[in-house]
Amino acid sequence: MTRRLRAILLELWLPVLGIALWWVLSDDSTSPFFPPLRRIVEAFRDNWLFARIDTDLVPSLTRFVEGFLIATVVGVLLGLALGLWPLARRALAPSIDFLRSIPAPALISVMILLIGFGDGMKVAAIALASTFPILLNTIDGVRGVEPQQLDMARVYKLGYWHRITRIVLPAASPQIFAGMRVALAVALLVMAFSEMFAGTNGLGFFIVFAQETYRIPDMWAGIVMLGIVGYAVNLCFLAFERRILRWHRGWRATAQER
Amino acid sequence: MTDLSTQATTVESHSRTIRWLRHGAPAAAGRGLSALTPVLATVAIVAGLQLLVATGAIDERVFPRPTSIGSELWDHVQQGSFWESVLRTLEGWALGLGLAIVVAVPLGIAIGSSSSAYRSVRFVVDFVRPIPSIALLPLFILLFGIGMSLKTYIVALGCFFPLFFQTMYGVQSVDPITLETARAYRLGPVMRFVFVSLPGATPMIATGLRISASIALLLAVGTEMVVGVPGIGYDIYRAQYAGERPAAFALIAASGVLGILMAIGFNRLERVTLRWHPSQRRESGE
Amino acid sequence: MQSVHALEVRALSKTYGTGDRAVRAIDDLTFEVEPGEFLCIVGPSGCGKTTLLKCLSGLLRPTSGAAYLEGTLIERSPDGLALVFQEYSRSLLPWMTVGANVRLPLLGRRVRRSERRSRAAEALDAVGLTGFEDKHPWQLSGGMQQRVAIARALAYQPHLLLMDEPFASVDAQTRADLEDLVLDVHERFGITVVFVTHDIDESVYLADRIVVLTHRPTTVEEIVTVSLPRPRDQIATKELPEFMEIRGRVIRLIKGETGESDEGDDIPAGVVAAHEEVPE
Repeated sequence: MTRRLRAILLELWLPVLGIALWWVLSDDSTSPFFPPLRRIVEAFRDNWLFARIDTDLVPSLTRFVEGFLIATVVGVLLGLALGLWPLARRALAPSIDFLRSIPAPALISVMILLIGFGDGMKVAAIALASTFPILLNTIDGVRGVEPQQLDMARVYKLGYWHRITRIVLPAASPQIFAGMRVALAVALLVMAFSEMFAGTNGLGFFIVFAQETYRIPDMWAGIVMLGIVGYAVNLCFLAFERRILRWHRGWRATAQER
Repeated sequence: MTDLSTQATTVESHSRTIRWLRHGAPAAAGRGLSALTPVLATVAIVAGLQLLVATGAIDERVFPRPTSIGSELWDHVQQGSFWESVLRTLEGWALGLGLAIVVAVPLGIAIGSSSSAYRSVRFVVDFVRPIPSIALLPLFILLFGIGMSLKTYIVALGCFFPLFFQTMYGVQSVDPITLETARAYRLGPVMRFVFVSLPGATPMIATGLRISASIALLLAVGTEMVVGVPGIGYDIYRAQYAGERPAAFALIAASGVLGILMAIGFNRLERVTLRWHPSQRRESGE
Repeated sequence: MQSVHALEVRALSKTYGTGDRAVRAIDDLTFEVEPGEFLCIVGPSGCGKTTLLKCLSGLLRPTSGAAYLEGTLIERSPDGLALVFQEYSRSLLPWMTVGANVRLPLLGRRVRRSERRSRAAEALDAVGLTGFEDKHPWQLSGGMQQRVAIARALAYQPHLLLMDEPFASVDAQTRADLEDLVLDVHERFGITVVFVTHDIDESVYLADRIVVLTHRPTTVEEIVTVSLPRPRDQIATKELPEFMEIRGRVIRLIKGETGESDEGDDIPAGVVAAHEEVPE
């Protein structure tokens, strides 16, 4: 029991101490840029519980989720195709290489030029930027499938559909999930960026607007909210990944024992 | 929070991906033909785009002809102001990345070497890490004003976490048996660190460098776009705002080329470190 | 009137590579397998045993010659053929349960779900793994995993069962149990089995006939008939003088091939020197 308690304390002492220090040290702060933590908490409560949830949080999250889902579908499907078809993969390699090297903010510019301003542009930019990590990791995962498993499928005369859904995709899934984790961070980044650069609502816009109108505690409240969103999204995804890849952990554990 | 084994998988398989992206086909029959395929395909794509725009299938006012984008790019390359912008971007990139290295690598080594330190820090780090550093852009504008230091700090902040984590994982991933052997040979902690831990961690640090290099470029360009500090990003923004599409796309393409060159350079670095790394990683992955 | 062989191999050849880098793995291989027979294939290490199996299962296309499964030419994916690999950990799918793994080949055969389950249950019962349906393969020992692979082949109800050194990766005790399992399954279901191994004792213990292969380029050295009585027993059968005689003969054939000791199988003291037929 004390062992578990010690473990929990070890993980918590720094954050708790940090927040306590922050509170105490900033309480009588007169600096315009670092208001007292108390004021930030108030601003957080005023804004996010629950006034601006509809006007800013929901639009941001919607774009984020839409863009990420599109990226997942496109990345996995395209990754499957390219992973299984070497000729296409070799042919498209330079183009993919080039597109994914374009810095994400420049991709926002591309979308503005092609689609104009608005939600569609943001979702498209998020989707485009997030597709690449998923695409590349899917290709890699597909290529790394154990050849004996595919041999076995051929001997037992399994059709393409079964081969892909029962063997290739599950075998590649650890890799695909790794790509999705990176894509999650990219999507968040592009979402915030697009809202700061060319937005009329959303978390990114809220932070920039608060700064421009010198409502500093609000700005901080926005930053904290963005952090919470990022953390929560990550947590949810990891929980999801843990469930789906339960077999993988067990398998690797026994494989390492050998 | 991130599983170390999947991290290793990502490193190992990323080098596989790098290899296929760089070298295309394996050494199979018809080497000449397989080297030709990507070239032909790329030419075909560009030609196809040209055709679509020229015939009006794609509106030229939305997406200009590839040939006009190319000629714009050529014009720009010949002007000093273009290279001036490139240099500005690279300056912010280098300063920010350098700052991040100086802070993140020692911290990563320190925390990676101590399990209790790791667990103390874990919660805070997991919370702060997902925050995109550009969220702090408005704050940094207030603190540092508009200029090179703003770009530097945003880049440094964005590069910190990948470098920190990769360094930390690198230190943690050193085979404990190797360390035990070193201890059996009576090597002191400093010697063990210099001759076992550090070389063992180097490939993952190189991976962290590669990841951070592209993040640094992203943030440098992004800061220029949003704030207006000089650099390629600012040029892109100006061209886009003025509706000069060929110029805008040309500059975007230029930023892509910059990204590729950077990727090639750091990939090479990473592969060099992987090559002389003891083969333990290879066995565990495959 | 000619009865159809279960498996017929005619002048099968496989060459890897071209020009002066060509490697003739197998060359002009010819033999037949009768329905219900248990045929073992042995040979010196490095001979094309695995290449042969890959050609027979349609995973490799032969350079020349052909093989026929019940009279039908074997091309890409022959029908009614199951293959058990040596490395069970690589052919069993870790993300599926044991039951799902065993049922997998039946998806290709368009079998109804209820029948899939019953066939899988039967197969698992035949290998002694009833109750393990919901476990994952990696939760089981090596020997049990190989049983799962065998059960998977059984559920498929193949006409021909190919086994590629399936027990090479398990310990001796488990190997003995698995050998008896294969014999039991062969007895019960009457499947034709082609069993590749490098273990001479194993081949004599299991087979009706043994095909002894030459060194590369591999062809048939000789086909040895194993006249030992069935059912076989790990102790009783191996004590029979006929067992020693056949074993000696096979070893000498292989030893004569390579001209050196093969795989540590030393000829026990007292046995007649090479190339002498032991008189009746």
